[in-house]
Amino acid sequence: MSDVLIRGGRVVDPSREFDAVADVLIRGGRIEAVAPDLPAAGCDVLDAGGLVVAPGLIDMHVHLRDPGQTHKEDLGTGSRAAAQGGYTAVACMANTVPPVDHPVVVEYLRSRAREVAACRVYPVAAITKGLQGRELSPIAALAAAGAVALSDDGAAVPDAGLLRRAMGYARMVGLPIIEHCEDASLSGSGVVHDGGQAARLGLVGIPSESEAVIVARDLLLAEATGARLHIAHVSAAASVRLIREAKQRGVPVSAEVTPHHLTLTDADVGEFDTNRKMNPPLRTAADLAALRQALADGTIDVIATDHAPHAVEEKRVEFDRAPFGVIGLETALGVVLTHLVGPGILTLPEAVRRMSTRPAQLLGLPGGSLRPGDPADLVIIDPHLAWTVRAEAFASRSRNTPFEGWTLRGRAVLTMVGGRVTHDLVGAEVTA
Amino acid sequence: MRHLLALRDLDPGTIVTLLDAAQRLRDGEAPPSPAGATVAMLFYEPSTRTEMSFILAARRLGAEVLPCAVEHSSVRKGESFLDTVRTFEALGADALVIRHPSSGAPHLVARHVGCAVINAGDGMHEHPTQGLVDLLTVRQVKGRIAGLKVAIVGDILHSRVARSAAWGFAKLGASVVLAGPATLLPAAPPVPGVAVTASLADALAGADVVMALRVQLERQAGGALPTLAEYARTFGLTEERLALARPDCVVMHPGPVNLGVELGAAVAEGPRSVIRRQVANGVCVRMAAIQWALGRGAGAELPAAATAAGEISRGRARPEAVEVH
Ligand SMILES: [Zn+2]
Repeated sequence: MSDVLIRGGRVVDPSREFDAVADVLIRGGRIEAVAPDLPAAGCDVLDAGGLVVAPGLIDMHVHLRDPGQTHKEDLGTGSRAAAQGGYTAVACMANTVPPVDHPVVVEYLRSRAREVAACRVYPVAAITKGLQGRELSPIAALAAAGAVALSDDGAAVPDAGLLRRAMGYARMVGLPIIEHCEDASLSGSGVVHDGGQAARLGLVGIPSESEAVIVARDLLLAEATGARLHIAHVSAAASVRLIREAKQRGVPVSAEVTPHHLTLTDADVGEFDTNRKMNPPLRTAADLAALRQALADGTIDVIATDHAPHAVEEKRVEFDRAPFGVIGLETALGVVLTHLVGPGILTLPEAVRRMSTRPAQLLGLPGGSLRPGDPADLVIIDPHLAWTVRAEAFASRSRNTPFEGWTLRGRAVLTMVGGRVTHDLVGAEVTA
Repeated sequence: MRHLLALRDLDPGTIVTLLDAAQRLRDGEAPPSPAGATVAMLFYEPSTRTEMSFILAARRLGAEVLPCAVEHSSVRKGESFLDTVRTFEALGADALVIRHPSSGAPHLVARHVGCAVINAGDGMHEHPTQGLVDLLTVRQVKGRIAGLKVAIVGDILHSRVARSAAWGFAKLGASVVLAGPATLLPAAPPVPGVAVTASLADALAGADVVMALRVQLERQAGGALPTLAEYARTFGLTEERLALARPDCVVMHPGPVNLGVELGAAVAEGPRSVIRRQVANGVCVRMAAIQWALGRGAGAELPAAATAAGEISRGRARPEAVEVH
């Protein structure tokens, strides 16, 4: 791979509070220097004038459906979707078929990623065997095989005693627990938020308390065990309140929110739009405002997509029979730049921190930084490029985006992993 | 060709157009012939009453009826709902009458077929022709809808009948109160401007129309109510309780009644009950609905030549333009 000089971009590196126009010199797949007016000797030169150069985005919550459901997505298509979106690393959830509850599956994912992936892929392993919520999975062996976190995402661990033991064990091996907070007895057969839209459409509602009661339980257990707890896809104002209060007390907790929960409400389910059906569900305008506030003030640490691909035919069914979940890797950056950075809820460096630096810290991953010596995992963003979301053009195998037809401003134009280009919008358009 | 999916979608003018057409049929007007039309009945949930009523309506219009015994059809073989529906479209159906346990199922169909879709009840969402029956019945007895106070009592949360009636009455200018046990009320008003309360007394006070809903303890309401006896004790409509309503109030029920639960026998069979009249209005309302959906009659009776000429058909084929109130 050739050496590259990225010249004259606005370099944003939240890990060093760096934000200035500079050149980035990449040699041997690593960042060699970040400074103004670097010599280009022997390098390919990439003019980044008017563009933003940032550490590659890291999504700590995606579903790649590999192994077992590769008609929805696989490591190749999912990682290419990530690269298109400006991501250089993703952590993939354990609810595959079979689930990631055995070291062999972790090894499969890592070796498959080496063969086909367009970004770094970090497996998240199951907390419980078969995601059944009954017995602990072999946590130490999973950690040794390379799992970066533990999660039964898709459901909460229903048994508080079991979760307490899992937290103790996870702390011992140094992995965070990522919890999908949902009390199944409160969600029941619900399919949308229990509010105005559920009432109008005659759909079974999922109340906000379904999330918040488990958040409360988990915070108490994290406090007691000292385990690192990460709350996945926070959707409700009540959960935000609990997390804020726990952080003030020093509980080792972090949290994430998705671009769709930051931009859509239950009213957007419209006339039974299954591409707006996800779990947790879209909630009220008040919840949305609380999530934005919590993201801005740091109560919520990270923006993660919860990229959840489903085939077109699977979503083209009765609303209550459609699977939960929407894709997000290819739209997250554009949605964040347009709807959070644009109106001033986050600054651009803060957006990069929440989509790169902070996830790297929470999972203990390389990346999230442009320090000299680091692997050259980076993204070049055109912050002004206006584009319209067209799912048919996605690299993802699935099409279930809630943002179809939206016009966004800002997009990844080049993504690089270890100095290798994985997405090049300008090049692609020239050769097309 | 158009869809009748929900009274929420219809403007007041269209609702009045449909009621007027149903009333003319009720008064004995001969229906215009829908030459060669084919209407398919897709009942994914058994409802003898509604299905019979639609079949009779289609036959009286001279349409050919395609029955679908869903239990025995390809649904069992794992074919998707949409696949089955498209088969009926391919068989030449001009209109699909759909009863389905999933809220929104007719909306899904309407997005993927080229023929008319009529919602005959979808999950907990709407039952628009039943709503029209209720409106027509009240209009026959009271001579108007605007200005009336309508109390709808029972399992509001799960009732598609309540939703359609609430939309219909509210759109035509009535004030609507939805009342039921707290566990059977939705988290928010299902219709803007409609009150939701767990107080039966508030709902009944001064009501011109009292509509009781069927409690289906064996189905949705299970778990939300301890016993039917408890429901009867707290929300059953007795003569004493009806004394809170206006003396000339109209008592309705979509049927079949659990006597002694939603309504005491004296109320159900009393002089204020219009339950039989509701049943009798069912066929005419469904005739009007089918004609309207097919674009034949009910305010859209245009010769083919006129329909082809954009200007004229835009002017006349949109009953939305009709002024009411
Ligand atoms: Zn997830």
